[in-house]
Amino acid sequence: MTPDQKGFLLFAVIKLLVVFSVMLAGVALLTLVERKVAGWMQNRPGPNRVGPFGILQPVADGIKNFIKEETRPASANEFLFLLAPALSFIPAVILIGVIPLAAPLPVDFAADLPLLGLTTFHGMMPMSVADLPIGFIFILAFSSLGVYGIALAGWSSNSKYSLIGGLRAAAQLISYEVAMGLSLIPVLLVSGNASFSAIIARQQQGLWFIMPLFLSFFIFLISGFAETNRLPFDLPEAESELVAGYHSEYSAMKFSLFMIAEYAHIVTVAAMVATLFFGGWDMPFTHWDERGGLLQTVVTGACFFAKTFFWIFFVIWIRWTLPRFRYDQLMALGWKILLPLSLAYIMVVAVAIEIIQASLGWTDPKAQGFALFALNLLLGWAMFFLLDRGRVVRGVAPRTRAASSMSPREGAA
Amino acid sequence: MAIGVKVMARPEREVSYVRATLKGMALTFKHMLQARVTMQYPEAKSTDDWRIATRWRGTHRMLTDEQGRSKCVACGLCPQICPANCIKLVPGEDEAGNRYPLIYEIDEFRCVFCGYCQEVCPEEAIHVGVHYENSEYSRDRFVYDLERLSAQTHPVSTLWDPSDPRGE
Repeated sequence: MTPDQKGFLLFAVIKLLVVFSVMLAGVALLTLVERKVAGWMQNRPGPNRVGPFGILQPVADGIKNFIKEETRPASANEFLFLLAPALSFIPAVILIGVIPLAAPLPVDFAADLPLLGLTTFHGMMPMSVADLPIGFIFILAFSSLGVYGIALAGWSSNSKYSLIGGLRAAAQLISYEVAMGLSLIPVLLVSGNASFSAIIARQQQGLWFIMPLFLSFFIFLISGFAETNRLPFDLPEAESELVAGYHSEYSAMKFSLFMIAEYAHIVTVAAMVATLFFGGWDMPFTHWDERGGLLQTVVTGACFFAKTFFWIFFVIWIRWTLPRFRYDQLMALGWKILLPLSLAYIMVVAVAIEIIQASLGWTDPKAQGFALFALNLLLGWAMFFLLDRGRVVRGVAPRTRAASSMSPREGAA
Repeated sequence: MAIGVKVMARPEREVSYVRATLKGMALTFKHMLQARVTMQYPEAKSTDDWRIATRWRGTHRMLTDEQGRSKCVACGLCPQICPANCIKLVPGEDEAGNRYPLIYEIDEFRCVFCGYCQEVCPEEAIHVGVHYENSEYSRDRFVYDLERLSAQTHPVSTLWDPSDPRGE
């Protein structure tokens, strides 16, 4: 192996260890954040007994879950029952690996290390575990893998509540996966590249995609909620109907793995919203952060963290605000509203880009961004003031009284 | 259609989901900034605007006279009126002809804390108390005998007074 390859591997392993330990610690702290915010929103202090301000609560929870008794349903499918938590945990945690967490760091490293021998690394080191050229597609692929864990957990538990929860999760995740994928096509259209670094670079040249691609952001956010199985889309575990849904039969650390997977998904969705629509690690109104250097990397890392944390908070905020959807409303929203909307939006954006680039000949990313932004203001207004009048979440009921009186039952009477 | 869903005709502005969501989020955010109302229980047992009611009916207390003997004369009214049948009373009589309880036990698990025993007592001996911290390590510790009832020191309940229905 050449010294360069050794250096690449060494730094990859270091980044891997750092990112995943920070991720898991962050997820543990996130459970505390969730309970604290929940408390504050209900005029309570939240957990405050373990350590100062309850800061050690996740540790206490973790220890409890490790030493708790494991129960296993007598009629469960043993192998799948054990496999399911891992299957839902791994894809959730792996996703953070492809997201750039800060500006690339210029590294000039050459050392004769024990065991490794001569190890060198020269050039810009991307601040993500793996800066995949297909990072974007990787995320879509892996985030949909989580549904296997949930569906298998529901089936292998051999309990009717778990099974219904698992089936609901499968149906819901597949439905919203479609809208989620399609809502991101405009991002690809504008940036012209599926790698996260390129998407961020494009946002630095032009506008953050929240402005030119507002509807994409809106659809992605809603689908993101559905993908994380969180309120208002937490039908897979709807407590009031399904006990705890797909993880009813799980206890101790296996249950904990499902929880970690859910919170890891929140982190990923928040990080994706920040990366795709809020410029990733980019700092607004300055080009200082693009020059590269240790200080720039640290500051942009903090910037990325702040953006991600805001969206994590947003997810928690929504959870403690909205009630749960009815199941038919959930399906109607996914298939009848978000899917056609994202398809139509792809068409509109594609046509708009063609007009802007080919007919008008505006090649400056900023000019393109503002042109699309103007279009989005119009579309956003049309959507919120024309579409959102009780027609978004309608359900199975007939639209008018006249239609309902045509039903055969009333006709016979 | 298998399930009939009744759709209410509402004004259009009331069924705008985006606006309703934003309104709800503003509300929860407002609550997040408000003062917490939780009382830190084991450390604080009452606050300025909350204290336990003086009419609270908790575990019993037997009052004693100056010599430290229980005031009970074993008349048998309290086991008679007790709807939960949780008072066990065996009366005794000394040489001077004074009746006193040989055995007086209250099973606090069976008790429904109605306070009839206190109301019916002619000697104002047995009382329900303003007390709620009763945990024990075994179930048989919940049968309070005479000695234990007399040793209690918590304030006794002021029962409901028709002339002062709100206890003020």
